[in-house]
Amino acid sequence: MDRLPPRSDADALVKEALKRLDLPTRRLFLRDSLTLGGLSLLTGCSLGDGKSAETALQRISRMNDRVQAWLFDPKRLAPTYPESMITRPFPFNAYYGEDKAPRVDADAFRLEVSGLVSDKHAWTLPELHALPQTDQITRHVCVEGWSAIGRWGGVPFSAFLRRVGADLSAKYVGFKCADDYYTSIDMPTALHPQTLLTLSHDGKILPIRHGFPLKLRMPTKLGYKNPKHIQAIFVSNTYPGGYWEDRGYNWFGGS
Amino acid sequence: MHLQSARTQDTIHPLWLRLTHWLNALAAGILAMSGWRIYDASPLFAFRFPSGITLGGWLGGALQWHFAAMWLLAGNGLIYLLLNAGSGRMTRKFFPLSASALYADLRAALHGRLAHADPRSYNSVQRTAYLFVMLDTTLLVLSGLVLWKSVQFPLLRELLGGYETARRVHFFAMTGLLCFLAVHLAMVALLPRTLLAMIRGR
Repeated sequence: MDRLPPRSDADALVKEALKRLDLPTRRLFLRDSLTLGGLSLLTGCSLGDGKSAETALQRISRMNDRVQAWLFDPKRLAPTYPESMITRPFPFNAYYGEDKAPRVDADAFRLEVSGLVSDKHAWTLPELHALPQTDQITRHVCVEGWSAIGRWGGVPFSAFLRRVGADLSAKYVGFKCADDYYTSIDMPTALHPQTLLTLSHDGKILPIRHGFPLKLRMPTKLGYKNPKHIQAIFVSNTYPGGYWEDRGYNWFGGS
Repeated sequence: MHLQSARTQDTIHPLWLRLTHWLNALAAGILAMSGWRIYDASPLFAFRFPSGITLGGWLGGALQWHFAAMWLLAGNGLIYLLLNAGSGRMTRKFFPLSASALYADLRAALHGRLAHADPRSYNSVQRTAYLFVMLDTTLLVLSGLVLWKSVQFPLLRELLGGYETARRVHFFAMTGLLCFLAVHLAMVALLPRTLLAMIRGR
C-alpha cells in the first residue's frame, strides 16, 4: 500500500490498472467461453477486428438457433386478445416504402408448391379460400421492438402441409415472394397450431400493404419471419436462408 | 506456508470475485451499448442514443452482440451468485442490513463523514447499492428473457405485465444499472485503491 502514488496521480493509476487488467481478463474470457459454449467468440474477441468479430457473432447466432429450437414448445400457444385491443391502423413495415408494395393479379395468381411434397399442383386463390378457415387475434412483434395486435384469417398451415403431402420430418419450409423477399422457417414452427396461411386481415381480404394475396402469419415469430405476397412454398432439408437472415438477423427469430 | 496464509488473509477480493466482476463489466458494457442501438430502431421515448456510443453498426449487428453477450452476463452472473451464496460471502458482507443503519450511513456519507477505514467490510450504503445492482441485473435478465421468448415463458411474461410492459421494465432496469454505475465510478475515482483491490485482490 505504501507504493501507492498520491491522489493527484489517480489518472495515471487508473491507466496502469487498466493495463494490468488486460491479461487476467483475457485469460478469464478463455475459461468462461469454454463453459458457455462461446468458444467461437474468442476468434473475434478483438473489437477492432471487424471481420473475425463478425464471423464469431454469426457462429453464436447459429448456436442461438439451436438453443431456440430446443426451447420451442410446439404446443405452447401465443396469447390471444379481445377485439377491443386490436391495433388500428395496423402498421406497415417492409424493406421498401408502402407505395412500392407489389400488386399481384388475383386471377392470374398461382401458388407454387415444390420440394419434398407429393402434390405439386399450383393453387388458385379460390382453391385456397375453399379450404377450412380459422382466425386469430394475436400480437405481431417486430425485430425493432414495437408490437401491434391484429386479426388474421386463413388456413392452418399444418393442414395445408398435410394436404399437399409434405414430408413433415423435413427441416425447412421456404417462401418466395412477389416483392423479391424470401425467408424460411423450421418444421416445428410450420406445424404450430397458430401458424396460419393468411388470406384476410381484420375480417377483410388481405390488403396490398399487408401482403395480398397471401402471407404466413406466425405469432411465435418476429415480423421479418412472416413473409407477405407469397408466390412459392417449398419443403427442403437444405438451409434456404432469408432476405434479412442472410444480412445478419437471427434465423430462428422466434419468441 | 506461513507466507501463503498471510497473503490469503490480506486478500480483500478473492480471485473468483475479481474474475466475475470484470467479466460482468465486459458483458454489461456490450449489452448496454448494443441495447441502445436496438432501442434506437424503435425508441420508446422522445430521444435516441447517439449512434457513436452504440455498438453493432446497425440493428442486425447490435442484436448479434446483444444475443452473444447475454450468455456471458447470465452464465457469469449465475456463477457469481452461486459462489457468493455458497461461500457465505453474501451473508458476511451484505448482512445485517437495516433501514436505520442505511439512513445513518447515508447522512454521514452526504456530510462527507462516512468512514472507509476497512476495505474488507461494507457500510450500509455500499451493502444497499451492491444488493440493488444484483437485483436490478436479475430483473434485466428476466425482462430480457420475456422480450426474447415471450411465448415460451408465459408465467414470467404475465408477472412482468406482458410484452410491452416488459420492454419498459427492461429499459428502466438498464437506467437503474447506469445510475449505479455513475455512483460506483465516482466512488472509485475518490478511492482509487478500491480499483487496485479489484484487480490484484489486495
